[in-house]
Amino acid sequence: MVGIVLISHSSQLAVEVAELAAQIGGRDVPIAAAGGTDDGRLGTSITKVADAIATVDQGDGVILLMDLGSAVLTAKTLLDEHPRPRVFLADAPFVEGAISALVTSGGGADVKAVLTAAEEARHIGKL
Amino acid sequence: MDTSFFVAWMEEIATAVQAQRDHLTQLDAAIGDADHGSNLDRGFGEVRRALADSPPETPGSTLMLAGSTLIRKVGGASGPLYGTAFRQMGKSLGDVPDVSLAELSAALDAALAGVQKLGAAVEGDKTMVDALAPAVRALAQAVQEGVKPEDALSAVAAAAQEGARATIPLQARKGRASYLGSRSAGHEDPGAASTALVLSALRTAGFRTW
Repeated sequence: MVGIVLISHSSQLAVEVAELAAQIGGRDVPIAAAGGTDDGRLGTSITKVADAIATVDQGDGVILLMDLGSAVLTAKTLLDEHPRPRVFLADAPFVEGAISALVTSGGGADVKAVLTAAEEARHIGKL
Repeated sequence: MDTSFFVAWMEEIATAVQAQRDHLTQLDAAIGDADHGSNLDRGFGEVRRALADSPPETPGSTLMLAGSTLIRKVGGASGPLYGTAFRQMGKSLGDVPDVSLAELSAALDAALAGVQKLGAAVEGDKTMVDALAPAVRALAQAVQEGVKPEDALSAVAAAAQEGARATIPLQARKGRASYLGSRSAGHEDPGAASTALVLSALRTAGFRTW
């Protein structure tokens, strides 16, 4: 299955979004949180992101969802410095994108389809 | 400019950032999240330690080590941005043992390109690019005119400082400050201010090592 990594400034935010997505979409899909810095501050850790990718990579690809600022820049820097052919950045809303990605991955879709599902989550209206 | 010059540059940056830490944080408190000074201070402190622990052999490897350290240790957006800038400079310099002004100019150009590719900012967006881009142009012009190295580095510092000051009236279009819209105008951009410190330290490194 396609793995999902949630990258946030906040450790708790990443963990809770992962939990919410798993509650809705099921617990079979590999999903990992990479939030906060190595020493527990608000911010992003490139080491946590790299470790999270390794955790969820089952060989079918991984998509990364970021909240903002350094989360985006850290993820881009990691892939620029160490390109990984099956790992993709999703330009997607953090919460809705995570849920869409997880549900789609759980249905057995390939990494491109999971990426598209995450990115199209921005078009789902709420009102 | 040999390896000792580039190590001195990193040390001068660490000293300047430490001295200006509270000022940078105040600038960031006005339009960001008030961590720029402490993040950079921590980051360049780690750079100083990394260079002391494993002394690099070339100017390029000095900058590569500094860049990797910033990417791993800062935690804020300035880590990947400055880290990419130094790593692009390092790649541009390759194994050259003694860097000419023209080679430094090409390396700074690569730093600017790396920062712009990563952050997608252009001049006028109220970011570090507003200090970096004029400094790159100033050095290119100095190389073309064949001015002395110390004058060239003074021109770089002056252009960066002027670029940073010119961000005050701007409205931010990139980075955390862009969430503030028109309320971001009237404050100097912290990233541009720290970029001016980083580039001014080139000149002080020159005073120290020449």
